[in-house]
Amino acid sequence: MAENTTAPKSAQIAARPLSPFMLGPYYKFQLTSVLSFAHRISGLALSLGTVLIAIWVLSAANGAWSYAQFATVARSIPGEVLLFAWSWALLYHLCNGIRHLVWDSGFAFEIKHVYLGGYLVVAISLVLTAAVWAVAFAV
Amino acid sequence: MSLRSPLSEARGLGSAKDGVGHWWMQRLSALALIPLSLWFVFSIARYHVADYPTMLAWIHAPLVAVALVLFFLAAFYHSALGVQVVIEDYIGNEALKIGGIALVKLAHFALAAASIYAVLKIAFGAL
Repeated sequence: MAENTTAPKSAQIAARPLSPFMLGPYYKFQLTSVLSFAHRISGLALSLGTVLIAIWVLSAANGAWSYAQFATVARSIPGEVLLFAWSWALLYHLCNGIRHLVWDSGFAFEIKHVYLGGYLVVAISLVLTAAVWAVAFAV
Repeated sequence: MSLRSPLSEARGLGSAKDGVGHWWMQRLSALALIPLSLWFVFSIARYHVADYPTMLAWIHAPLVAVALVLFFLAAFYHSALGVQVVIEDYIGNEALKIGGIALVKLAHFALAAASIYAVLKIAFGAL
């Protein structure tokens, strides 16, 4: 195979504008790809969150002192914010997961329905998050 | 030039290794997590401000303990499968990939065992 003499040198490759430069002014985001990315990010965040869930239940099993230590951190302002973010991540991942199960069953593949499902998932996950906290504090 | 046929070169290079097992179990655990995680997120929102005796009494109730064990089984399993896919998609180096997957699986197994043990200890213990 002949050597390719027109290949860019590594210095030229390094000087090329890369994707963060493209995002926004040159690259238009689509709801579909953003939601797909959000599904992965929320899934990874929830996986990390399982460590905190394990610490919660282990501290409860370990005794009153351990639980008090955990509760102090969990009920701090950052703890409450994290808990609220966790609940939305879970409910978003849950709603978009159902959207994926619908696709897996062979339905709603038309572009119109893919977008409709996307808007529904965002709206329902927000409503569910608000509802969960409203009901939790009401009862 | 090799005399091997394209088919003989492709044989044994399949990517899935275990067929549709992973895909199916991810969906099955997802299905289980629809009711379980809805219940769990609501319960945490409700009980995260509870004092220690209230929290213990809640976990101690048989239905709650069983639901928590089911949730932990499904959640840690689903989580391990999901993180595995992310590692397979984004880590090209084969050694890092295999090592990462092994670490993730073992960590999920350990966290699941610890969490379920903690629930059972409270459930079987005296209040």
